[in-house]
Amino acid sequence: MIKLTIDNRTVEVEKGTTIYHAAKKLDIDIPTLCYMNLGDLKIEHKPGGCRVCVVEVEGRRNLAPACATECADGMVVQTHSIRVMNARKTVLELILSDHPFDCLICAKSGQCDLQDMAIKMGVRSIPYQGEKSTYKPDFSPAIIRDMDKCIMCRRCETMCNDFQTVGVLSGVNRGFEAVVAPAFERDLDHSECTYCGQCVAVCPTGALTEVDHTTQLVRDLADPEKKVVVQTAPAVRAALGEAFGMEPGTLVTGKMVAALRRLGFDYVFDTDFAADLTIMEEGAELLDRLTRFLEGDKQVKLPMLTSCCPGWVNFFEYHFPDMRDIPSTARSPQQMFGSIAKTYFADTIDTRRDELVVVSVMPCVAKKYECTRDEFKVDGNPDVDYSVSTRELAMLIKRLNMDFNTLPEEDFDKPMGESTGAAVIFGTTGGVIEAAVRTAYEVHTGKTLEKVDFEQLRGIDGIRSASVDFDGTEIKIGIAHGLGHARTLLDDIKAGRSDYHAIEIMACPGGCVGGGGQPLHHGNPDVIKARQKAIYKEDSGKAIRKSHENPDIIKLYEQFLGSPMSEKAHQLLHTHYFDKKRKEVLLD
Amino acid sequence: MATFMMHMLVCGGTGCRASASDVLYENLKKEIKEQGLQDDVQVVTTGCFGFCEKGPIVKVIPDNTFYVSVEPADAKEIVAEHAVKGRRVKRLLYVDPVNKEQIADSKGMGFYKKQIRIALRNCGLIDPENIEEYLAADGYEAMGKVLAEMTPEEAIQEMVDSGLRGRGGGGFPTGIKWQIASKVAGDQKYVVCNADEGDPGAFMDRSILEGDPHSVLEAMVINGYCIGATKGLIYIRAEYPLAIKRLKIAIDQAREYGLLGTDILGSGFDFDIEIRYGAGAFVCGEETALIHSMEGERGEPTFKPPFPAQSGYLGKPTNVNNVETFANVPVIYNKGAKWFASIGTEKSKGTKVFALAGKINNVGLIEVPMGITLREVIFEIGGGIKDGKNFKAVQTGGPSGGCLTEKHLDTPIDFDNLIDAGSMMGSGGMIVMDEDDCMVAVAKFYLDFTVEESCGKCSPCRIGNKRLYELLEKIAQGKADKEDLDNLRNLSMVIRDTSLCGLGQTSPNPVLSTMDNFMDEYIAHVEKDNCPAGVCKDLIRYEIIPENCVGCTACARNCPVNCIAGERKQLHTIDQSLCIKCGACLEKCKFNAVAII
Amino acid sequence: MTKIKSLADLRKKKEDLQAKIALREKSDSPEGRVLVKVAMATCGIASGSKDVMEYIADELNKRNIDAIVSQTGCMGYCYAEPTIEVTLPGKEPVVYGDVDVKKADEIIEKYIRNQELVDGIIPVNYQTIENNKEE
Ligand SMILES: Cc1cc2nc3c(=O)[nH]c(=O)nc-3n(C[C@H](O)[C@H](O)[C@H](O)COP(=O)(O)O)c2cc1C
Ligand code: SF4
Ligand code: SF4
Ligand code: SF4
Ligand code: SF4
Ligand code: SF4
Ligand code: FES
Ligand code: FES
Repeated sequence: MIKLTIDNRTVEVEKGTTIYHAAKKLDIDIPTLCYMNLGDLKIEHKPGGCRVCVVEVEGRRNLAPACATECADGMVVQTHSIRVMNARKTVLELILSDHPFDCLICAKSGQCDLQDMAIKMGVRSIPYQGEKSTYKPDFSPAIIRDMDKCIMCRRCETMCNDFQTVGVLSGVNRGFEAVVAPAFERDLDHSECTYCGQCVAVCPTGALTEVDHTTQLVRDLADPEKKVVVQTAPAVRAALGEAFGMEPGTLVTGKMVAALRRLGFDYVFDTDFAADLTIMEEGAELLDRLTRFLEGDKQVKLPMLTSCCPGWVNFFEYHFPDMRDIPSTARSPQQMFGSIAKTYFADTIDTRRDELVVVSVMPCVAKKYECTRDEFKVDGNPDVDYSVSTRELAMLIKRLNMDFNTLPEEDFDKPMGESTGAAVIFGTTGGVIEAAVRTAYEVHTGKTLEKVDFEQLRGIDGIRSASVDFDGTEIKIGIAHGLGHARTLLDDIKAGRSDYHAIEIMACPGGCVGGGGQPLHHGNPDVIKARQKAIYKEDSGKAIRKSHENPDIIKLYEQFLGSPMSEKAHQLLHTHYFDKKRKEVLLD
Repeated sequence: MATFMMHMLVCGGTGCRASASDVLYENLKKEIKEQGLQDDVQVVTTGCFGFCEKGPIVKVIPDNTFYVSVEPADAKEIVAEHAVKGRRVKRLLYVDPVNKEQIADSKGMGFYKKQIRIALRNCGLIDPENIEEYLAADGYEAMGKVLAEMTPEEAIQEMVDSGLRGRGGGGFPTGIKWQIASKVAGDQKYVVCNADEGDPGAFMDRSILEGDPHSVLEAMVINGYCIGATKGLIYIRAEYPLAIKRLKIAIDQAREYGLLGTDILGSGFDFDIEIRYGAGAFVCGEETALIHSMEGERGEPTFKPPFPAQSGYLGKPTNVNNVETFANVPVIYNKGAKWFASIGTEKSKGTKVFALAGKINNVGLIEVPMGITLREVIFEIGGGIKDGKNFKAVQTGGPSGGCLTEKHLDTPIDFDNLIDAGSMMGSGGMIVMDEDDCMVAVAKFYLDFTVEESCGKCSPCRIGNKRLYELLEKIAQGKADKEDLDNLRNLSMVIRDTSLCGLGQTSPNPVLSTMDNFMDEYIAHVEKDNCPAGVCKDLIRYEIIPENCVGCTACARNCPVNCIAGERKQLHTIDQSLCIKCGACLEKCKFNAVAII
Repeated sequence: MTKIKSLADLRKKKEDLQAKIALREKSDSPEGRVLVKVAMATCGIASGSKDVMEYIADELNKRNIDAIVSQTGCMGYCYAEPTIEVTLPGKEPVVYGDVDVKKADEIIEKYIRNQELVDGIIPVNYQTIENNKEE
């Protein structure tokens, strides 16, 4: 143990503890901007770049960054001396001197770490005026980069390079011109960005934000000619409440439905319905591959990889295009929903597909991109017109001056609002594969599961593995969240080191609960874990917990699709993948 | 083997090469051969003599004749007169800038009188491309001794006892650094030679590598043996082609002679060296940035600890030393730590190489014992201020250093004294300024450099230095007020206090030291809109003095924007609204009729 | 090129090579060394001073006398060529005329080694080009 004095109080900490954490033990709050620690997710980012956390350490010539300086025995630290406060404020003034004063119209306003700090430090004027950095804003289908607002905290880089191993973002140029950008300062759309949105999720300012569709949405809702259908992803209900001051992990399914109805949607449906559909298709595909494999078919590709996360799909299209025959061909729930809504459902309400606007509410940034993909359009009309994030929905609700807390609990509309517990857990890492196992087991063995909870598939470790006994046949399952972890598993497959039968992959930490479109966790990983817990709670509270038992799904197959993997199902619910590496080369 | 009666040492450093010293070398050889003296007179290419400004240099041994500004065409005369007849070619001799006397023997030159050459011992003495000459000059003796007769602990102790401190800028005791690196456990360790040398105007490391590459290789092997590393890396900027070429030759030769590679000198110790190229960013000289750059990452510093000794190249324990530091090492083992420690001051031992430049008579590379005073360096070695002007200040430590003035002239130069005086040793830049230099402009000049060279990682350096520069610009334009001076000082202190790496921590030094020593100049700019030295363009005017103007039209003919009017033999006048303040009129007027107001 | 395999090897190698640069190292610190200048102008070469110079250099080497041998222009004593000028540490230079190999041997043994004067000294007020330079 190490003993030191902070602000005249002594504290004992373990070797390797930083001054920042030691101070925290004493409830001394040292401000930070660039520092980020996502605990269990094993993401610690301490570049020591912003310098707002500086403290005075006796005997040192310069001030020390509390976030990066390790405690030493006998250290004497002052966290709020006049010298420190002056330096801290000056540094903040410098940062602000190179920042647009756009708070009034900034997407981050109200949730911006920089704005918070300016308020806290009481900045009233900037004595250091001068040239400001100006960059061309970069609009991609999912993410907007407005680098004028970048404070070079480099959190996005850590997410993109270290956690996701996508490597799109990195510091370029020197000195005052230094900025974070894709290679050769291309725009995101011409980079290998997967649109996972994890950079957006951690950006403390308005430099990285999602593309906003709320204006379009309000217009569509106001248009009497249009029938507007909404679908909400499972992870949304576990996080939306946070935007209204509720504890992380509060489930707000009913209130959310009520709010959507009051917003004026004609039909409030659930992506969970489509998640059950996904399990029917993906589960059938898995069983098909498994059976052929067990029968000795050498051609069959195993392990099968899940395909419901568009960030992940982008990732393998860019980074492992030669392996694109391994993932399931099943579309994501969002897209299955869209294609059923604009065919089967449109028919039932006797509406043309172009009169129907299908909107999704997603925890995700990549979904914004996914619904723009050409293969998900019919004659140019997209199955899902656009996708708004959990954050955007919260904003809309606030904009309409609804008191979210007092809204009644309401139910989804029928038929595409019916779902099972299996669908709900799509929102967390391990959930998709658990849902698939529930169905595949029963279909394969013909037996009824005694216990539907597969604890061995749950957890928060980046890579997990488990095996499930399919009545004598051991099925080996791998789970990864975060694309860096996915890369590890893919490298293993490539090298022939993998003996999994199925692998679930989610791009975001914790799965969609930690998605790039969720309310900001502001660096607190417990928020993600609380949402995960809520998801499992919703599952256990559901009357039906296996996808193949969803009555409306059964009806859909009976009336429309026939059986899983039928020709119609293939046409509407499956897709194919592209070698985007090649596209990249052609572009250059 | 022939014993030559006379050696002609032709400088083959970058400076002299730029003035065709390689052609000169060939010509000398040809002439010698024509005179049939090839067995008597040896012509050798050597490293830099430090007197580059007056290059190409030819030194004739044994009479130590020092020829300056020698052109290839002079070869014939040198051979015919000096080699054949033993008569010096007087017109090529160096002329003392003070008493205008010709000096024949280099030992009579003030420039060399007070120098002690340890790191530069072989520069201008041996042929850097010939390992045999290095071997003849005690080369690899130290390495041999250490490998055969000393344990790593003993060898490190010798380094500690010598008191050698890092010459790359930080001045950290080299022996202690080696000790730390030796104690960290690691399956693979590395020795890195920092040859990035990014200070503007600095060329000490380049000169050493060009003039005596083997001394650095030898030291790296010793270092490797001491800390248990088997791999050495030299990080050198790609803009040093000659140094790179000579390093490559040296590494090849050393391998050929078994002085690098496996089982060196039968000691069982293996060590080999590779060259890595830098893109020439100043900040890549900072050791953590350098390591990242070698790893293929963006060259920007990271917070220390961990120090390279704990986690360096590829996460392995790494010892980084500067070229000049390494060049000192073999001598320390050959002559003993005690001998080395007898030179210099109490806390700074040995010598330091400086690149002397600016408004001084003898510009060049010098190596002086620690403890010498600035006065000795400037007025004896440097031969005083050019054109008889008055000394005003001297900037040491390059862009990270500060300006020292008259009152510091008698301070003994060492690491600690320079810091106490508000400057630093840095890597050894030394720029002398005279009465015509404006200190605001000087500070601005250095800030311009740091703004460009900051890596941009931390806010105070990335934005702060830019704002410092802008404030200085405002002052130079006469647009600043007193509050700006307060802001300038506060900002400087905060940048120094909060920046991540040495670049930002020292970048305000030129501002702070000029403010400390020349506040009156700042005030003149701010309060009187006046640049006392007549440098800051926005605060000066060129005017024609009617009493002196004879109407020669020289000014009008040379004005690039044609803003001077006047008939022949009539008074000329400058249209201030058009004048771009280029100073051409002042330069061309022979009658002292143009003045800066 | 064969590799250097041990410290002893290295030292031997160095000894072999030392002469290569000895002249340069010595000239750098001439204090305490004997200086021998041989007049080597055209008249000198004609009268055999080149042989004398080589002989002196070799012999000094062989006899382990730390000296610098250099040539100089005509000393103005053509009648007495070859001439050599010897400067012992701390002493005034002495010029000898009509030096042949035998004479050189005597100068080395007697004057340089034992500081006994030898016949053949050219009387004072001589001038070498060094002293001449201000003319
Ligand atoms: C901005 C900056 C630039 C530096 N540039 C160099 C350089 O060009 N060469 C060098 O040897 N050291 C440079 N250093 C110092 C190195 O970080 C390091 O201290 C040095 O290489 C250690 O060697 P030494 O102990 O032998 O001096 C620089 C430091 C900073 C902060
Ligand atoms: S990023 Fe933050 S500080 Fe900047 S304009 Fe937006 S809300 Fe304001
Ligand atoms: S969205 Fe994901 S892949 Fe794209 S830049 Fe951000 S972190 Fe990287
Ligand atoms: S874009 Fe955002 S996360 Fe990335 S460095 Fe800039 S401010 Fe930080
Ligand atoms: S994990 Fe979920 S939120 Fe994240 S990219 Fe994938 S689908 Fe979107
Ligand atoms: S002080 Fe300057 S050079 Fe050093 S890390 Fe900070 S920005 Fe980069
Ligand atoms: S929070 Fe410590 S330097 Fe940014
Ligand atoms: S390069 Fe010739 S003296 Fe420096």
